[in-house]
Amino acid sequence: MYELAVIGGGPAGLAAAYSAYQNGLRNIVILERDKELGGILNQCIHNGFGLHRFKEELSGPEYAHRFIEMLKDTSVEVRLDTMVIEITDDKKIFINSPKGYECIEAQSIVLSMGCRERTRGAISIPGTRPSGVFTAGAAQRYLNMEGLMAGKRVVILGSGDIGLIMARRMTLEGAKVLACVELMPYSGGLTRNIVQCLDDFGIPLYLSHTVTEIRGDKRLEGITVMKVDENRQPIEGTEMDFDCDTLLLSVGLIPENELTREAGIAMDPKTNGAFVFENMETSIEGIFACGNAVHVHDLVDFVSAESERAGAAAAEYVKNGASDSEVIEIVNGADVGYTVPQKLHRNTKAEKIDVFFRVRRVFSKSRVVVSSGDTEIAVFKKAFMVPGEMQHLVIPTDKLRDFDTITVTAQEA
Amino acid sequence: MTELTCIGCPLGCRLTVDEENDYAVTGNSCKKGAEYGKNELKNPTRVLTTTVNAEGGIHGRCPVRTEAPIPKAMLFDAMKVLSEVTVKAPVKCGETVLEDILGTGVNVIATRDL
Ligand SMILES: Cc1cc2nc3c(=O)[nH]c(=O)nc-3n(C[C@H](O)[C@H](O)[C@H](O)COP(=O)(O)OP(=O)(O)OC[C@H]3O[C@@H](n4cnc5c(N)ncnc54)[C@H](O)[C@@H]3O)c2cc1C
Ligand code: SF4
Repeated sequence: MYELAVIGGGPAGLAAAYSAYQNGLRNIVILERDKELGGILNQCIHNGFGLHRFKEELSGPEYAHRFIEMLKDTSVEVRLDTMVIEITDDKKIFINSPKGYECIEAQSIVLSMGCRERTRGAISIPGTRPSGVFTAGAAQRYLNMEGLMAGKRVVILGSGDIGLIMARRMTLEGAKVLACVELMPYSGGLTRNIVQCLDDFGIPLYLSHTVTEIRGDKRLEGITVMKVDENRQPIEGTEMDFDCDTLLLSVGLIPENELTREAGIAMDPKTNGAFVFENMETSIEGIFACGNAVHVHDLVDFVSAESERAGAAAAEYVKNGASDSEVIEIVNGADVGYTVPQKLHRNTKAEKIDVFFRVRRVFSKSRVVVSSGDTEIAVFKKAFMVPGEMQHLVIPTDKLRDFDTITVTAQEA
Repeated sequence: MTELTCIGCPLGCRLTVDEENDYAVTGNSCKKGAEYGKNELKNPTRVLTTTVNAEGGIHGRCPVRTEAPIPKAMLFDAMKVLSEVTVKAPVKCGETVLEDILGTGVNVIATRDL
């Protein structure tokens, strides 16, 4: 029996395993379906990782490398090519590996399966179904891991960061990126990526536009793009045709949680991840979750920090058992799309609580109010907030302990 | 006059830079924006990340980057130079795969073990 089984060896799983080791566990296993550790970072070869944590701009593989190196000096066991098929609420883990099908048991589990890309945007586009339509992440994997280009004349649907990064990457490799098309009136990606991946190469960004038709028999031959109104309906007479052989979809990420759901862990429909406490514990004692499996992060630095909390909490659980604390609920107020965590243990030893959230619309000068009923507990001033950038509050725990529910609200200043 | 977006913080101010007037910047909300605008027009630089051909490792490509930013105007030439480079496994993360690319004084390093 393992003290801790970590499911997924991306940055979240690596940080959780290392932190559990530092907190005294010695019998830890990481289960990873791929042939190497590092998760999605292996294909994110661009720089911009680790600015918060290492005060350096590393590429994705370099960031993963730092954590993989740290694990080398520990007793953490790594099992690659090992797919977790099912977990149960009494912490049995069914796996398929080169050794065959087996069941292993652990006193605690960390769920760190990451996320996958949405493809739904494509399904609602009328027209033919030729080849040449890829998710941006799939095109990234082909190019960066295998050296294969998805195509030569490219349009990108959605302004998520992966799509923006791929616009630059394919341009540098000799492709012509004709446009990036975004349904919403604001970009889904970081400003820095708009500037350095689109503006740098003169690639136009069409906000409030969408792809309304796909043409081509075997291979994609062209698409039509139209402007949309406030209800996101195409406006007659705004058609623009593009001759392209490739359409990349960068229309969002969804946490990967089949295992979580099947184990009967309570899920938050707003994040598509498990409900978690401040120590990243799920609704089942001794099962923790972290990283993109809980909510989609923009910056890997925050993934690592959150996952270290999950690993430390797993160690605490193995050593001292479950906490029998009362629960404080965090409620989403106006214009707050979700919060992580969604719940707090009233008797937590943590001196401060990190609360992450996303706003539902663009705010210029604004305030984030943490309150309970009519009591204002804390107010944070923000110069600017957009849905594309995750917000982060740090609240002293003692300010929160006396309440049963806490509401986080975004307001114009 | 050139328009650009400041990347100094999420506010993303729209800057206007006047090349004729000692690169005077308007539209910025803080000092950082003025500096950024001036630099971007006088001497824009970028870190280049790409992959090179790899032999004998678990993947056929090895990710690399310039160790420091290089002039933005050289990005496409640098890509051409790197398309001719092949590394042989074992490669160590941080190892130099090409010295002094295009006479910039900047080395290109591997960004993973292979
Ligand atoms: C295509 C793409 C590009 C991205 N680009 C950036 C970027 O440029 N910058 C940035 O900061 N962030 C980026 N992100 C976000 C990035 O994923 C996170 O910052 C971070 O990598 C999340 O770490 P993670 O460990 O939660 O997930 P992942 O890195 O996805 O790791 C999850 C791991 O779990 C494994 N796994 C899943 N299910 C199972 C199972 N059943 N059994 C065994 N193993 C399993 C997977 O194989 C994977 O190795 C990107 C995300 C995606 C999807
Ligand atoms: S000018 Fe200052 S406030 Fe405006 S985006 Fe740049 S750093 Fe931010």
